[in-house]
Amino acid sequence: MDMSTTLTAGRTRRAALVSAPLLRRAGLDAFVKLDPRHLVRNPVIFVTEAVAILVSILAAQAATLGQPWVFQAAIALWLWLTVLFATFAEAVAEGRGRAQADSLRRNRSETQAKLLLRPDDRSLWQPRAATELRTGDLVLVEAGDLIPSDGEVVQGIASVNEAAITGESAPVIRESGGDRSAVTGGTLVVSDWLVVRITAAAGSTFLDRMIALVEGATRQKTPNEIALDILLAGMTIIFLIAVATLVGLGSWNGQPPSVPVLAALLVTLIPTTIGGLLSAIGIAGMDRLVRFNVLATSGRAVEAAGDVDVLLLDKTGTITLGNRQAAGFHPLPGVTEQELAAAAVLASLGDETPEGRSILGFARDRFGVPAPALPAGARVVPFTAQTRISGLDLPEGSLRKGAVDSLARALGTEPPAALRELTDRIARQGATPLAVARDGRLLGAIELKDIVKGGMRARFDALRRMGIRTVMVTGDNRLTAAAIAAEAGVDDFIAEATPEDKLGYIRRAQAEGRLVAMAGDGTNDAPALAQADVGLAMQTGTQAAREAGNMVDLDSDPTKLIEVVEIGKQLLITRGALTTFSIANDVAKYFAILPAIFVASYPELQALNVMRLTSPESAILSAVIFNALIIGALVPLALRGVGYAPVGAAALLRRNLLLYGVGGIVAPFLGIKAIDLLLQLMGLA
Amino acid sequence: MTLLGWAQIALVLGCVVAAAIPLGRYIASLAAGRITFLAPLERALYAAAGVDPAHGMGWRGYTLAMLAVNLAGFLLLYAMLRLQGVLPFNPQGFAGLSPWLAFNTAVSFVTNTNWQAYSGEAALSYTSQMAGLAVQNFLSAATGIALGLAFARAFAGGGVKNLGNFWADFVRVNLYLLLPLAVLVGFAFVAMGMPQSLATYVEAHTLEGGTQVIPLGPAAFQIAIKHLGTNGGGFFGTNSAHPFEGPSALATALQVWSHQVIPCALALAFGHMVGDIRQGRALLAVMLGYVVVATALVYAAEAAGNPLHLAAGLDAAQGNMEGKELRFGQALVALFTATTTGASNGAVNAMFDSFTPLGGLVPLFMIQLGEVLPGGVGSGLYGMLVFALLAVFVAGLMVGRTPEYLGKKVQAREVKLAMLAVLVLPATILGFSAVAMVLPAAIGSIQDQGPHGLSEMLYAYTSATGNNGSAFGGLTADTPWLNTTLGIAMLLGRFAYVVPVMALAGALAAKPKLAPSTGTLPTHGALFAGLLAGVILILGGLQFMPALALGPLAEHFVLAAGKTF
Repeated sequence: MDMSTTLTAGRTRRAALVSAPLLRRAGLDAFVKLDPRHLVRNPVIFVTEAVAILVSILAAQAATLGQPWVFQAAIALWLWLTVLFATFAEAVAEGRGRAQADSLRRNRSETQAKLLLRPDDRSLWQPRAATELRTGDLVLVEAGDLIPSDGEVVQGIASVNEAAITGESAPVIRESGGDRSAVTGGTLVVSDWLVVRITAAAGSTFLDRMIALVEGATRQKTPNEIALDILLAGMTIIFLIAVATLVGLGSWNGQPPSVPVLAALLVTLIPTTIGGLLSAIGIAGMDRLVRFNVLATSGRAVEAAGDVDVLLLDKTGTITLGNRQAAGFHPLPGVTEQELAAAAVLASLGDETPEGRSILGFARDRFGVPAPALPAGARVVPFTAQTRISGLDLPEGSLRKGAVDSLARALGTEPPAALRELTDRIARQGATPLAVARDGRLLGAIELKDIVKGGMRARFDALRRMGIRTVMVTGDNRLTAAAIAAEAGVDDFIAEATPEDKLGYIRRAQAEGRLVAMAGDGTNDAPALAQADVGLAMQTGTQAAREAGNMVDLDSDPTKLIEVVEIGKQLLITRGALTTFSIANDVAKYFAILPAIFVASYPELQALNVMRLTSPESAILSAVIFNALIIGALVPLALRGVGYAPVGAAALLRRNLLLYGVGGIVAPFLGIKAIDLLLQLMGLA
Repeated sequence: MTLLGWAQIALVLGCVVAAAIPLGRYIASLAAGRITFLAPLERALYAAAGVDPAHGMGWRGYTLAMLAVNLAGFLLLYAMLRLQGVLPFNPQGFAGLSPWLAFNTAVSFVTNTNWQAYSGEAALSYTSQMAGLAVQNFLSAATGIALGLAFARAFAGGGVKNLGNFWADFVRVNLYLLLPLAVLVGFAFVAMGMPQSLATYVEAHTLEGGTQVIPLGPAAFQIAIKHLGTNGGGFFGTNSAHPFEGPSALATALQVWSHQVIPCALALAFGHMVGDIRQGRALLAVMLGYVVVATALVYAAEAAGNPLHLAAGLDAAQGNMEGKELRFGQALVALFTATTTGASNGAVNAMFDSFTPLGGLVPLFMIQLGEVLPGGVGSGLYGMLVFALLAVFVAGLMVGRTPEYLGKKVQAREVKLAMLAVLVLPATILGFSAVAMVLPAAIGSIQDQGPHGLSEMLYAYTSATGNNGSAFGGLTADTPWLNTTLGIAMLLGRFAYVVPVMALAGALAAKPKLAPSTGTLPTHGALFAGLLAGVILILGGLQFMPALALGPLAEHFVLAAGKTF
């Protein structure tokens, strides 16, 4: 399916920023977006457009009256280009999302659903268009059918290809009950059948939401974006006042500056750079998340991710590799390590669990002995919930392994004190002891260890520098939990955790004024997911969990919570950095324009022309051109987001202030001077 | 500039900081209701007014109570000024003020502006001075401080509903802060030679055989509160340049101390109130940093002198001494100028109109920056906090979190209210000035041609809107047009600013208080102080640059080119 290739390609994070067709389309959209009804959402650019219209009219009027008009027309042209750069930036950002949406939409085909007429009878159904299904309807989905809408499996078990959503083509199992009961509209049943209760009305399915989201069609401004918009609108009003009042103030000594010149001053002073890029930054931020295969229900959730102070991470599968692995053989006195290892290997020959296989692997690595084939006449004793032991019966004897107490009970003996001591020591280190017996005689213990994933400690250190506390959640006892927590380098842990414990922990942290993020998949995670400020649900999880969270990870990798936080921060930093840059630009623009616009009244003000710009006209035009070009120049940065390093806030602020604050003051001096020189070279100045 | 001059400046500012440290702690205690040495008197006042001092008020209640007090104060003062002719203690027999002038003056003293379109010794009776103006000096100062304390309380915790009780704050600030300090400073001023008398003016016979009327009055204590409350309205027309209002260098130094100490102490009190003194120190550092830079600029510009005088061969040693008192010297004039405009005080000990263009630009710009350096009593604190919130908002995004200040998230509502407040200054100053520069009725008041004339008008509206009250000079202000529009500018500068600011306090108070982490933008270090200083300059100052370019900046370059008007 071409869908899967698109998304898989999208998942590689360094995907090309834009393509040629996308740019062509965005170029056209940039003009469509000039519609004032659209631009009014963006006060800074709206004002710029209004001014551009005004100056255009004045230029046309001057031309028809035979007055000098070229300078006015040049200003008008560059004001229009300023607006176009802004609309273009938004169009490019939306275009990137639309490319994904288009391929998603192909999956939301006009599926015919098999609507069950009676809940208990699978044979009685009638065809019904997927778009006409209502929540609560029961539908039958058989091998080869697309699942018509989001729902909950109430009956059956089937393998489902979810590549349409996740980009992962290996089928997954969906069955009623348990944590794998949620199915998504647009995914394909590959084998068997399911009865699904529809949980989403047409138009609000997961796929619909995903399409709307990547398209930015229903994009609502996020809280920080609204606040920033207000700041920018306020600054626009302030500069509008400062410029408009020059008509009165300037008439005291000579002529006030002409309208096109005042228009140029206004547009260069109001924060057009950030105003023009703001919505592109927001769309691109969501897009980054989607490319990362995480779907947020709203931009608000992405911002909240940047604010998080506490991360709740499940131990198993997130901090540690999913399964415990053998990490040591501890023989009792009088037994050699090799003897114990040999017994352990034999006892595990028939054990197909990852733990069993890890014992074979560990023995091989340690003693260089490959695991033998199952000897003839051997009988595997499987692990059962009742006996809690497993092993192998050979003609010459028996081998058993299992939890110390279970094994001792099966052998009908008390475990010797030495073994107790041994197993306690293992447990204190956060590992699980597994006793081994040969022919009824206890030989020692295998140490099964939770293996902390590589690099986790470094990531937790990075999070700590960002001011985020990590909390490990585990069902293990305190002793084990403490040892693993110490090894992984988390700040805190919740041992023997119940869903209520998680919820309680989140509430306490929130009461202390902290924002909490967690990942979860089970139905019993739902309350905590809902309570958390950022709840990342796994795509493989239950419908309840997916509804409760405000983000869904399509790859079902809870570790990604960390990257989600980084993406949220990067989004905010990009906005802040470009705002600072935009505002800092004003200093240089003053030095360019002020001496120029008052040249008639006070030629002596040329002393402020520190850039030595060629002429007043060239100075004004250079400032306006710089102001337009800088928007275009910063589009890639807005789409990609500024670099983020996990360091403390103070270091981050120092770095970004230097880069975007001081840089924002210096850059336009160089840029305006360069444009002035260019205009001069071209004989236009 | 001389080393001795800088030593004077350093000594005075050193005394300000030394006193502000304990005073800041004291004010924090006062705000918490822990200062009680006049408790019986306090209780009697509450009982008489039927007020329960323990009753907490939300931002609306607090603001309404404040507005009610100020409205009553305005009506009372207006009536008193109009009826001056029939009221006692009027040895010179002054008549009541015109309606325009009475409106302007009443607004001026109620808003803590103390713009004076009259000359005290030539127009006001002792009753008007003592019972009218001096009382408002206390009340308008107490109003400002109470608002500052209420704003500070917004950061105290999460989900705070009440910002304190206005009546209690108002009474306590008067009883425990302003009155005791005014008594102390007043006695010091008497000792330094300021009159405190109800006698009629003295007629003196000069050596030349002429006669001279020497005005007297209950001046010393009114001058004490004039500075302590950052009011600035002079008892005499020439304010602190008058030999009775600024008798010596020491007196002028004590005046600088008096109008700096409470605003500076309030920054530190804020630190105590939010439980982190470093937060207060950061604000104070920004305030004093600007004061030092402004002092240096005025000092340098004035000490360098007028280029035309120098070209004519005048002695350059004294610098530009036109409009300055020899007994103060350049250093204390520069310090007084920077502090009185930075502190929204508005007293002057020299004539700004006679400054060099750049020397005159500094006081103008200090007011335009929002009167937060260190600003008026209380108003400087809340004004500075508005800038701090905006600084946190702009820079806070750059650390990748929703910006927060002292655990309070700065979001749409907060930004909106802060911007509303910040808008007041440019809209009022530039709006009125622009209209005035094309209106014949207003232009007629301007004395000088060229850019200097624009500076005179711009300064008047700047001073009024900033609630500073100092006069640039060279402007005939007692006209119906200027009295009315300047009065409106003063009202907007005070109340159109303070209402959104109090709404902002209410919004912040109601928010949960988030715990800080290493991911939180630190707001106590040098980095933040630098950032805040930059934001004040950019958000508070840039919008005035075009106007300043047409006024003092143009004058500077024109003068350098040897051109006059």
